[in-house]
Amino acid sequence: MAVLSYQGRHYEMLAGESVLECLLRQGMQVPNSCRVGVCQSCLMRAREGAPPDSSQKGLKETMKGRGYFLACLCRPESNFGIAEAEDDLKVPGTIAEVGRLSASVVEVRLRCKRTLDYRPGQYVTIIRTPDGLARSYSIASLPEESTIALHVRKIPSGRMSTWLHEEARPGDPVAVQGPAGDCFYVPGRPEQPLLLVGTGTGLAPLYGIVRDALRSRHSGPIRLVHGAVEPSGLYLRRELEELTSRHPHFEYCPTVLRDGAEAGVHTGSIDQLLAARFPKLADWRGFLCGDPTLVNSLKKKVFLAGMSSRDIHSDAFVPTPAA
Amino acid sequence: MPTLYEQIGGEAAVDAAVDLFYRKVLTDDRISHFFEGVDMDRQIGKQKAFLTMVFGGPNNYSGLDMRKGHAHLVQRGLNDTHFDAVVELLGQTLQELGVAPELIQQVASIAESTRNDVLSR
Repeated sequence: MAVLSYQGRHYEMLAGESVLECLLRQGMQVPNSCRVGVCQSCLMRAREGAPPDSSQKGLKETMKGRGYFLACLCRPESNFGIAEAEDDLKVPGTIAEVGRLSASVVEVRLRCKRTLDYRPGQYVTIIRTPDGLARSYSIASLPEESTIALHVRKIPSGRMSTWLHEEARPGDPVAVQGPAGDCFYVPGRPEQPLLLVGTGTGLAPLYGIVRDALRSRHSGPIRLVHGAVEPSGLYLRRELEELTSRHPHFEYCPTVLRDGAEAGVHTGSIDQLLAARFPKLADWRGFLCGDPTLVNSLKKKVFLAGMSSRDIHSDAFVPTPAA
Repeated sequence: MPTLYEQIGGEAAVDAAVDLFYRKVLTDDRISHFFEGVDMDRQIGKQKAFLTMVFGGPNNYSGLDMRKGHAHLVQRGLNDTHFDAVVELLGQTLQELGVAPELIQQVASIAESTRNDVLSR
């Protein structure tokens, strides 16, 4: 079995075990969240030996070149020496503001000590400074804003979301790592119609992407479908309606599964809405965000409606497994 | 003498064919159930590798990969009729893209050469 070296100590790895599992088994605190190689919270660096290619999935070439890998995906076959991610990857910051968006969602604004170079729609990992608790959230703000906005839904017994909803105060220290992810607007083909679909806090990246496209003078039709179980789950409605009045080629389509008696709110499934409103999507560009099951099924539906696979951008929000 | 891959149009042809072909596969009642719940991005990548191979392009497929990659589907009942359906959809795709019949014939025979591995025989 491979021997793992970390902080001057050596650990025998179990068969099939990942580096993250091995460190956690030793009782060490390692930032981690999704454990399937998406959130990049468990980023670490090789000191002796090369990380397996499969543990560098989704990392930038420059990061790969520096020996970075994801501990949750890393199952080394020979002895392997590792170190924590360098501090230059984590930007120190503070909570700037926590504001309510709906009964279950707050907007958390972070102020970073260094400018974070991001595209709206990418995600960052927020690390609570005292204990290293880490979770990833999509960015809803634009880079020129002085703080970074995240939408955080309260998850029952979710440690980070409970802290952010109930206890976090302006000035509390956090570290921010990232950005990562490739679900964002790229200028070019300004006349191409855009379809953005999300449920719940899937609105966060889409809100960033819509405004990014608008300020990039995207001229083709832009359609944003935001789905919720019931009307109380819809949020940012005033802001989005205001955007539609300023930009006639932008349309906001709120939709709920039930109790949507209000004018302007569609009632029924997102599938029905898409089938009725957008039966043919050849030449459209799509952005799909939120619950993984929904995102996967939407990807297939828009593809079958004619959208080209390379025009489909998505971000499935992978939940953190219960501890 | 250009290779089959060059005659068909290389990587650009693979890119043009992959969406058409995969859309046919997903909507064909004979085989679509094998693709339920699979991750589309990964599947598109696999389809590209498959098309590159049957177009005679650079690939690292081995008979063993073909066996391993389809063993779980054979357990779910994958048989000759499903294989025939895929070859048929491949032919339709190339026809729609205006590929010459004799080239389609060559692609079909490369696909045919994988039949026993795909079906674990």
